[in-house]
Amino acid sequence: MSKRKDGLTPKERMAIPRAKMPEQNPSARAANFEEVPLGLTPEQAMEEAKRCLDCRKQPCVHGCPVAVQIPEFIKLVGEGKFGEAAKLIKETNVLPAVTGRVCPQETQCEGDCTLFKKYGGVSIGALERFVADYERNNNLVEIPPKPKPTGKKVAIIGSGPSGLTVAGDLILQGHAVTVFEALHEAGGVLVYGIPEFRLPKEIVAAEVDYLVQQGVNFELNVVAGMTITMDEILEEFDAVYIGVGAGLPWFMRIEGEELNGVLSANEYLTRSNLMKGYLFPDYDSPLPQGKHVCVVGGGNVAMDAARTAKRLGAKVTIVYRRAREQLPARGEEVHHADEEGIVFQLLSNPVKILGKDGKVSGMECIRMELGEPDASGRRRPIPIGGSNFEFECDQVIISIGAGANPLLTKTMPDLDLNKWGYIVVDENNRTNISKVWAGGDIVTGSATVIEAMGAGRIAARSIHAELLGLPQPTSEKEEE
Amino acid sequence: MKGEIIINEEVVPNVHRLVLSAPVIAKRAKPGQFVIIIPDEVGERIPFTLSDWSPEDGTITIFYQEAGVSTMKLTRMKPGNVIHTLVGPLGRPSKIEKFGTVLLGGGCYGLGAIYPLAKAFKEAGNRVIGLFEARTTYIVYNEEKLREVVDELYIVTADGSRGLRGHVPEALPYILEKEGKIDYAHFIGCTYMMMVSSRGTKEHNIPTIVAMNTLMVDGTGMCGICRVEVDGNTKFACVDGPDFDGHKVNWDMVFARKHAYVAEENMAYQFYRTQMDGAVNKCAKNRKEGA
Ligand SMILES: Cc1cc2nc3c(=O)[nH]c(=O)nc-3n(C[C@H](O)[C@H](O)[C@H](O)COP(=O)(O)OP(=O)(O)OC[C@H]3O[C@@H](n4cnc5c(N)ncnc54)[C@H](O)[C@@H]3O)c2cc1C
Ligand SMILES: Cc1cc2nc3c(=O)[nH]c(=O)nc-3n(C[C@H](O)[C@H](O)[C@H](O)COP(=O)(O)OP(=O)(O)OC[C@H]3O[C@@H](n4cnc5c(N)ncnc54)[C@H](O)[C@@H]3O)c2cc1C
Ligand code: SF4
Ligand code: FES
Repeated sequence: MSKRKDGLTPKERMAIPRAKMPEQNPSARAANFEEVPLGLTPEQAMEEAKRCLDCRKQPCVHGCPVAVQIPEFIKLVGEGKFGEAAKLIKETNVLPAVTGRVCPQETQCEGDCTLFKKYGGVSIGALERFVADYERNNNLVEIPPKPKPTGKKVAIIGSGPSGLTVAGDLILQGHAVTVFEALHEAGGVLVYGIPEFRLPKEIVAAEVDYLVQQGVNFELNVVAGMTITMDEILEEFDAVYIGVGAGLPWFMRIEGEELNGVLSANEYLTRSNLMKGYLFPDYDSPLPQGKHVCVVGGGNVAMDAARTAKRLGAKVTIVYRRAREQLPARGEEVHHADEEGIVFQLLSNPVKILGKDGKVSGMECIRMELGEPDASGRRRPIPIGGSNFEFECDQVIISIGAGANPLLTKTMPDLDLNKWGYIVVDENNRTNISKVWAGGDIVTGSATVIEAMGAGRIAARSIHAELLGLPQPTSEKEEE
Repeated sequence: MKGEIIINEEVVPNVHRLVLSAPVIAKRAKPGQFVIIIPDEVGERIPFTLSDWSPEDGTITIFYQEAGVSTMKLTRMKPGNVIHTLVGPLGRPSKIEKFGTVLLGGGCYGLGAIYPLAKAFKEAGNRVIGLFEARTTYIVYNEEKLREVVDELYIVTADGSRGLRGHVPEALPYILEKEGKIDYAHFIGCTYMMMVSSRGTKEHNIPTIVAMNTLMVDGTGMCGICRVEVDGNTKFACVDGPDFDGHKVNWDMVFARKHAYVAEENMAYQFYRTQMDGAVNKCAKNRKEGA
């Protein structure tokens, strides 16, 4: 790797303060749906890039599920070569404008950065977002030249981040790619789940458009298994990738869950994001507006629901059964929720939703304490007998997780599933059925955008090899 | 998929027949399934039962009633217009077997929607008895078409202006007397009609299926708004149904949940109407541009 031109010593680099991304102030943003972090300026980005020590062992790269060439792209940022930096990232990560915004960097690249403990990791996510935005906003995105067609046809079921990755990789190899999507917009969770103030929908639309321009064929409003059967797909296509996500919402199975005013986070966020319910009545889909909204759960989904409700003017309480340190949401989301005035009712578990005239009127919870670590490594919450308490609320959003949606898999009786209904795959993401690969949340259960993309990349390599009769990528290749 | 409108006509007061070009759905449709439509760019996703289809012509037919903003928008669309979004077929197909004598009851849009079931039950070798329930005689429609595929058709009107007077439960003893025995019943219509009819058949121990018409959003099992309690278990009407055992559905819960969004639905309706009348366009426009 070539030498850095700025000639700073490591000591000088460490002395540079970590960049602070400008943000909308909390009171203003709690009343609008515009994006919260505003992005780095070019000067800030170049200054932040100087902090990188260009470590030989590259711990950040090892922390990244798709091994983005982090120090190399940061060096290009430092030299003001933003467009080139974006291209370099895209060699491993096709959606940097998305992941720069939604990855849990503090537990991945930034968490493993040499500077993390003492100085705060290099703001890799902010830099990634910066170069991707720069590229898009300055029309530097180039449509790659059309490769020679291979004559092979690939079907992708589901247009979430994993499906989009497979599409992007395989279209570059010259295969004909069709994406089937059940909903009326492409993007999966990126369009129906993650709100505008965290991931502007125009970014997702631009990424989808980029694929369209390269020749990917999107067939929206096609529910595989219903509108078109798996047999028909297998007949028409040479390979199939299943990336249908894990979208089946769990409920708590407690008294009062059927009351009006109780809804899944999936319903709430779909109404708000996909159906634009936050613009009701300009858009027709209603989004219920509680005065005091109680969100149950502590993940990204719960934070998104809570912050959406806040923006609609509600008082919002998050009820979570463990302590703050165990909140599974990205650190930044918890921090933003805090700043926006969302109340955390921690170490509490709902036991009953109270109702009046068929509507939610409050919630009864029991206090919890933390016991021994459980299978997930987190300390298990244990109810404290007799500690029940009640509070008033008029809307409850359940956000305790989601499982495998059997809509497609139940039409494939021969497909290997595990006991939770997720698809079983080998190290190349092949299922037990020939010509069928799978990846993303439908294999791993609810995970992250970047992991879903990583799974897509592994499958794309394997599909490509299979279609051209090349040897399958070995597991050693995965380690790189 | 998008669907071009071929016919959109009011067949009796407040029942409209919509024929759409939808070759893929027409090829795949089975009795009991439904489609989801978004009328226009800002519209919501609303479900409608597939009431007829022709794989040869590539068309599907639905009957709808104007209930709120989305169905009102539909009434204003014309042949040649294209529906923004059309997806289907959704839901599990109805169970069609040889049961013996099958009673098929329809109310509201069900007068149209029972047709494919009647045809299928007939083809499966059943004696098929149709039953139309309507408030009064002049809102009965689809009669000739249904008569082609049923062995007998009873008409029940609330005001007694035609056929039997009352509702399904009052008509049942009479029908049973004439037909001897009913082995299986299947109802499609408004929630109230399906509930009352299920109560009626329970008294006579007739196995009964109802086609639930809960609120829905995605129609693919992703949101859970369509949940109904059947025999103590939570089911999603869009993927586990829409058909359920009418004797096991928790009807109180169904009724309570239907009204989850009444205030908002009413607001949307009024908002759209005033907009159509040209009164409040400015504020809406400004907000949309900000979006
Ligand atoms: C509200 C929310 C917030 C999140 N926040 C973050 C975050 O900040 N950071 C992060 O890393 N991760 C986050 N996640 C998790 C992340 O979004 C998922 O792990 C990721 O989207 C999974 O990608 P996927 O491609 O496997 O599936 P999905 O994104 O779920 O996409 C699956 C697609 O398949 C479609 N589909 C399903 N069945 C069919 C069918 N039969 N036929 C055709 N199409 C079908 C669906 O409609 C959907 O569009 C969040 C998730 C949610 C719900
Ligand atoms: C599987 C299924 C099949 C259906 N098939 C048909 C059909 O073939 N023809 C037809 O006309 N309708 C059918 N419906 C009902 C139809 O979807 C609703 O009438 C429609 O969504 C109303 O939309 P809207 O915006 O015009 O009214 P909204 O503004 O949404 O509602 C107006 C009023 O209608 C009530 N309402 C809303 N949704 C429903 C519903 N699902 N059922 C009964 N009342 C409702 C509301 O409580 C409100 O009082 C079906 C519903 C389901 C779930
Ligand atoms: S670990 Fe941090 S300092 Fe080291 S190369 Fe990666 S980003 Fe730069
Ligand atoms: S309509 Fe959303 S799960 Fe049934």
